[in-house]
This record gives sequence, C-alpha cells and structure tokens, in this order.
Amino acid sequence: MHPVTLAAVVVMTALIVGLPAERSRDARSVVDFLVPFGTAVAIFAVVAIGLNVQWGYTGVFNFGVVGFFMVGAYVGAIFAKDPATGEFQRYIGGYGDALAFLPFLDSREWLPHLFGVLAAGLACALVALVLALPILRLHEDYLAITTIGIAEVLRRVSIEEHGLVNGTRGLTGIPRPFSGWVDPADYKYVIFAVMLVVLALVYVGVEGAARSPWGRVLRAVREDEQAASASGKDVFAFKLQAFVFGAVLMGMGGAVYGYEQGAISPDTFTHFFGTFLIWTMLIVGGAGNNAGAILGAYMIWGLWSVTLQIQGYDLPDFLRTRLFYIRDFLLGSIIVAVLLLRPQGLLPEQPRVSRWLERRVARLRREERDAAAAAES
Amino acid sequence: MSVATGPSPLSAWSRARTRDAAGAAALWLVILAFGLWAVIAHTDEFVVGVVVGSVFALGAIGLTLIYGVLKFGHFAHGDAMMLSAYVAFLMLSGRFVGSRADITAPLRLDRLPGARDPIWEFSFGYGLLLAIPLAAIIAVLLFLALDARVYRPLRERKAGVVILAIASLGTAIAMRSILLMVWGPQQRFYAPGIRHTTELPLLGTRVVNDQFFIVAAAFAVVAAVYVILFRTTIGRAMRAMADNADLARVAGIDTDAVVRWTWVVAGTLITIAGVLLALQAQLKPELGFTILLPLFAATVLGGIGSPQGALAGGLIVGITQEVAVTFDVLGPGYKFSVAFVILMLVVLLRPRGLFGASA
Repeated sequence: MHPVTLAAVVVMTALIVGLPAERSRDARSVVDFLVPFGTAVAIFAVVAIGLNVQWGYTGVFNFGVVGFFMVGAYVGAIFAKDPATGEFQRYIGGYGDALAFLPFLDSREWLPHLFGVLAAGLACALVALVLALPILRLHEDYLAITTIGIAEVLRRVSIEEHGLVNGTRGLTGIPRPFSGWVDPADYKYVIFAVMLVVLALVYVGVEGAARSPWGRVLRAVREDEQAASASGKDVFAFKLQAFVFGAVLMGMGGAVYGYEQGAISPDTFTHFFGTFLIWTMLIVGGAGNNAGAILGAYMIWGLWSVTLQIQGYDLPDFLRTRLFYIRDFLLGSIIVAVLLLRPQGLLPEQPRVSRWLERRVARLRREERDAAAAAES
Repeated sequence: MSVATGPSPLSAWSRARTRDAAGAAALWLVILAFGLWAVIAHTDEFVVGVVVGSVFALGAIGLTLIYGVLKFGHFAHGDAMMLSAYVAFLMLSGRFVGSRADITAPLRLDRLPGARDPIWEFSFGYGLLLAIPLAAIIAVLLFLALDARVYRPLRERKAGVVILAIASLGTAIAMRSILLMVWGPQQRFYAPGIRHTTELPLLGTRVVNDQFFIVAAAFAVVAAVYVILFRTTIGRAMRAMADNADLARVAGIDTDAVVRWTWVVAGTLITIAGVLLALQAQLKPELGFTILLPLFAATVLGGIGSPQGALAGGLIVGITQEVAVTFDVLGPGYKFSVAFVILMLVVLLRPRGLFGASA
C-alpha cells in the first residue's frame, strides 16, 4: 500500500474512532457511532461502485448520479410502504402488504423490501436505457451537462407531481427490513449486517464482471474507442450495458438508503449530496478499482461524520455557524487536489489483463524451468 | 494522390452544405414564428423572458468563450457569477457575516458622496457601477490563480475535458462554500426598497426599470465581445486557438498569453453577469447552480464559441421557459426543465448550434 494511502486511512480512522471516544469516554457510545457510520459507508460504496462501472471501467460520464439514486430510493419506498391514507399522504404504490404474500417466515419484514430493491434496480435500468439511447452517442462533455439536466428534471418531477411521491413532503415512515425481529435499540446491528452482505455481493459480482472478457472490453472502450471498435467490438452496446449496470447499482443503493433512513424527501437528493459526494468518493478512492470506491466512501463519509462530531464540541460562534461550509470547502478542494496530485486515487487501478493469463504465464514459466532442469540432468 | 472515382467528394460536400443551410433556415423560421406568436399571445411572459434571457445571455457569453478557447465545460461558471456578485456587494455595502450578526466594514463605496442616489429611475446609484470593475479585478486575479494552479497543470498532463469538468465542479463547490462562509445563507439585495416600474408602449406590460439596464447591458456586452474577438489582435489569437491550439502555437502565437487573456475577459464577463443576475433576482447562494443548466443550454444552442450565438441562445431559452410554464401541463417549478429540453433537442438535432462553425 502506498504510504500516502496508509497515512490518510490511519488519520481518518483515528479521527472516526478517536473523536467519539474522546467525547464520550465510553466504548458503547463509540460503537453506537461506528455501526450506523459503517452502514452508511456500505450504502455509498454500492453507489460508488455503480459509478465505477460507468466511469472507472468504461469512461462513461455521468453527472446525474443523484437521479438514479433518487429513483431507486422512491421505488424502493413505495414497494415497502402501505397504501397512502390521509390528506397529507399522496403517493402511488404502497405494495407493502400485498407483497408480503408468504404466510411463513414473517414475510412482511423482508419480502416487500426484496421486491423493492429489485424493482428499484429495474426502474433505474429502464430510466438509464431510455436516456442512454439518445445521449450516449454524444461527446463526453455534452454527456456531463445532459446527465445533470436529467437528474434535475427527475427531481423536479418528484416535487411537482404531487400525487406521485408526496411532493416536497417526501415519504416518511418507510418500514425497515427485519425491524420487527429485534429490539429497536439493536436494530442498527441488523441493518449493518445486511448492508455488509449486500456490499460483499455487489463487490464480488462487479469484480467478477470486471475481470471477465466483458470487463476487459469495457476498459478497452475507455482507453481507445476507435481501437475497440476496430477490433470488432460494438462500442455503443458496451457503453450502454455499463451505463445501465451502473445505474442499477445506484438505484439499489438508493433503495436500501431509503430503508435505512426510514424517510426520504426531495431535500435529500441534492446534486451536492447525491452526485458530487459520490464522485469525490470514487476519485479519492481510485477510479477503476472497486476496493478504491469502498475506501473512498469510507474516507469521504468519514470526513462528513467527523464534522458532525466536531459540532458537538464547544466551538466559538464564529466557527460553529461555518462548520458545514468549511467541510464543503474541504470536499471541493479535496477533489481538485486529488486530481492534481494523485489522479489515480488512494488505491490505483490494478493493471491486470486477466488472472487466467497470469496463471498461464506462470504455468509456461514453470514448464520451461522444468524442461531446462530435465535437459540439465 | 489517388484519383477519385464515383461522385466527387466536393459535390458531396456542397450538397451537405446546402442541406445544412436549409436546416439552419428552417430552424430560424421556427424560432421567429415562435417569437412572433409569443409576443402576441403571451406578451407579459415574452417581456419577462427577454429580461431573464438577457441575464442568461450575459452568463453564456463568458461560458461560450471559455468553452471555445479552453475547450472544457466550465461548471464553476454559475457559482463564480454569484461569488463575484457578492464581492461587488461587499465593495458596495461593506457587509459580511461576523460571528453571528452582520459586520459592516468602514471602507465601502456607499460612503462616497451620492453613491447611493439612484441614477435615472434605476434602484442603484453609481456605487454599484464602480463596484463592478473592482469586483472584476478580484475575479480576474482569482481565475488567473486558478488557471495557473489547477487548469494549466491538468491541461499540460493532457487530462481531457472530463477531468477538467470535474475539477471545475470542485472549484464550484469550494466557491459556493466560501460565499456561504463570508455572507451566510440569507438573501441579500444591492439596494433595498421598492423598484420603480415603467409601462412599455405598444406592449402594455410593466417592466422594472432596472431591467432596461440589464437588457441594454446584455446587448452592449455582446457587441464588446464581438469587437474583441473580431477586431483586435488578441481576439484573432483567441479564435485561432479555438480552431486549433497546436496550429496556433506553431504559427507563433503565445498560447499561454491567450489563455490568460481569455480568463481576463471571462472574469470580467462573469462579474458583469453575476451582478446583473443579482440585480434581476437577488443575491442568493444557490442561484449559481440553478442558472448553470440554462447557461449551458444557451451556449450549446447558440454554438460554442460564438458571442452572438450566446445572446440568441440566452434569449430563446429565457423566452421559451417563461412562455412554456403558462401552459397548464407544466407547473412553474418546471422552468429550468425547459432549458434542459431545449438543450437535449439541440444536442441531438444540431450539435453545433445556431452560429457554430460548420463541421
């Protein structure tokens, strides 16, 4: 591991563990802080891996991450919630009870959520497909501004279409998966464990895809579209697949984000929070490396949470009123600094063609050595 | 050289050119018809659209210049506009947030004799007009420093438009947080109090007097940029670099100097646009991001690198979005989505815009 990476991780970990410990001087409070922190990191890591599939591997530029994240969160929520009642609730769906059709295993606790995550992925795949067909052929800087625009329009729709997802009030009281099985105080461990499993599945799946021949074509497209095209690869099709795949991951991340939070509203899904933060995570962690995306989520969400911890100290007014602006300034500066000083990120992409090739080379070398040894004797 | 067989490439080229010219003519016809219809059917919205569109145009001129010469989407444009508008506010009123309450600096333009007395029937006095060049100097220095420290190293590394765009997004976030640190999230005005209005002859619509100034400024700035680009040596060098930076360098043009001059002009344009945006709406930190989409729509619609295109694009986007929300199908919240629809249509149907150089 590069010394800079090591130093950054050590400092951030010291802050994340040290600040709550220093403030509370109590191991239990530190755990109370760390477990939800880890849950959030896992959720953002899933979204960042989604962006990594699009940008890190394929070089498809998406400045509208928040759009997919939001669609996923809302679709997930309307699958888990019960139908709207009362005058302050107007939204479509509410399939929670209908989907809990299994008479055993307490299916209301998890089945609608499972459907919700899948539906969120499917909805984002559809949105991505419809959008990608016209825009993916564009020059990459046009892609940037059109994806920002798409995210903005989606956010507008969620606000303006009052009957769709409850307008500016957003959706509250989203049922949490498995929450009926444990004591509310212990629920954070459950969701943390669930998220770790989800992140592990996503990581293994995407790593496998990236190392497959399919993943190699994605990187070929990123490096040189014309060369990939000359080798007989349908560049547009591969970009489309990567865009849709990444969007599915973002949507699923959004769905579990909604479940974890229990409430979502248009205020949550700002470009700063939903797009810029994820981009910072990926760039800081290292585009083209899924472990980098996870590390980036850890570092950047760490910075975010540490700011909240610092807020608990007795600060002078001058600083207290500006704490969050200072954090935002740091985030903006960090992304520029990383691009300038360490563009490959904390965990750079591994230049690896294929593990099969490596094995084959190793086997050939071994055979050569054996043959040489046999000739000598 | 090989001997051409089949249809001559030249005739294919001229056919494509004719088809292109026909497309452009059709596009202009649609735009003019829409404008005429808007004047008659939606006079009030048309007038508001012209004012809003002028503000878009002012921002888009700077954006199109940076896009054309430096070849990247400057995502910090809106936030830079707001930041320089706030700097002008500081020059004028000397106010910023201290620990909690506002502090007023003793050194400020307001204290000059008569600086606050309204010129004609505008809401502002000559203090604001003085604040613009002072704020512009600060903006230019900021951009020169940013280019030297951020954009130039990235360009020299051949980092590509996307990396430059992400870097500019990072500076946008940093600029907005500086603005929030110094002036806080509350809305501010250059000159509080009522705005006088005038009824337009023939159209029968009332217009805030300041808006005359905004529209006139938009046209004046476009004319000034046109003169710079097409009548001065540095403008010729900028256009040469916009066409082909390597060729310009080979031809003996000091491209580093051209880049610096581009930022000087762009910083000045950004300040003027920011102050007039704040005059039209108010000083509000999040306005910088909100305006980004219409600015890009206007830039792409007009054709990247063309000042007159930015003016036309800004006006078209402004008028369309004001008129479109009068239809029942669209709520007023969709205003900025209209800019996006225009952007998409242009990018898909005519990526080089109304005034863009033909490919």
